[in-house]
Amino acid sequence: MFFLMAAVALGSAVGLVLQRNPVHSAMLLVSTLFSVAVLFVLQQAHFLAAVQVIVYAGAIVVLFLFVIMLLGVDRREDLHETLPFQRPLAAGLGVLLLVMVLALGRSTWVTAPVNTDPATGLDHGAGTVEVLGRSLFSRFLFPFEITSLLLTVAVIAAVVLARRQSEGDEVPR
Amino acid sequence: MTIPVGWYQVLAAMLFSVGALGFLVRRNALVMFMCVELMLNAVNLSLVTYSRVINDVAGQVTVFFVMVVAAAEVVVGLGILVAIFRRRHTASADDVSLLKG
Repeated sequence: MFFLMAAVALGSAVGLVLQRNPVHSAMLLVSTLFSVAVLFVLQQAHFLAAVQVIVYAGAIVVLFLFVIMLLGVDRREDLHETLPFQRPLAAGLGVLLLVMVLALGRSTWVTAPVNTDPATGLDHGAGTVEVLGRSLFSRFLFPFEITSLLLTVAVIAAVVLARRQSEGDEVPR
Repeated sequence: MTIPVGWYQVLAAMLFSVGALGFLVRRNALVMFMCVELMLNAVNLSLVTYSRVINDVAGQVTVFFVMVVAAAEVVVGLGILVAIFRRRHTASADDVSLLKG
């Protein structure tokens, strides 16, 4: 199951980058997100898998599709490169990044000891959702409240940005 | 059968690299945003894996916050994109070069 989902995730990710049509890219993004959700389920993160499907595949990709439709789908991307050295440079940097991350992963890390506290552990009988909820509303209560502030700011920003500009401040093209 | 941590880490690293590469190569701002989502998802996968390994729910809570930040980022980013498109009729990152010296 892991290898199947890993192959689907990686294949869709590569396809997302190579695909010219943004709609196809969005569909491949959904495929990647679903396979990552399955990988979450395989690691006892059932609630996060559900949130992943609902929020990412349900909301964010639909938002992407809305904007794609708004901006026009038939508009093909101009693949003419303005910087001739950019493609090979980007490919080199990508490979370098992969090698560096893998090298980091191979080195030995001092990690935290395995948690034995039943209040925050994942394998003490209580469901993952219950443990997650208790943790979210006790230990992580302050970050949780900050999150609401962040979302409010984002909503206000979206409203301000999407508001139709008055005639005076049009920038000449 | 439990898959060892290393496989998950390798998968997360590869997904992150593909996302970063796509962000560098593509010109369409929408696809660049999708690549950012890809990178965030790779990190989420890594966090969930470590959460399982050390048997602590804190990693999953962090993933929760990352998802919230990703949602906020997409909303603001797409809003900026629509505003740019309304004024300049392009979605390409190369054409937004007003600040170029």
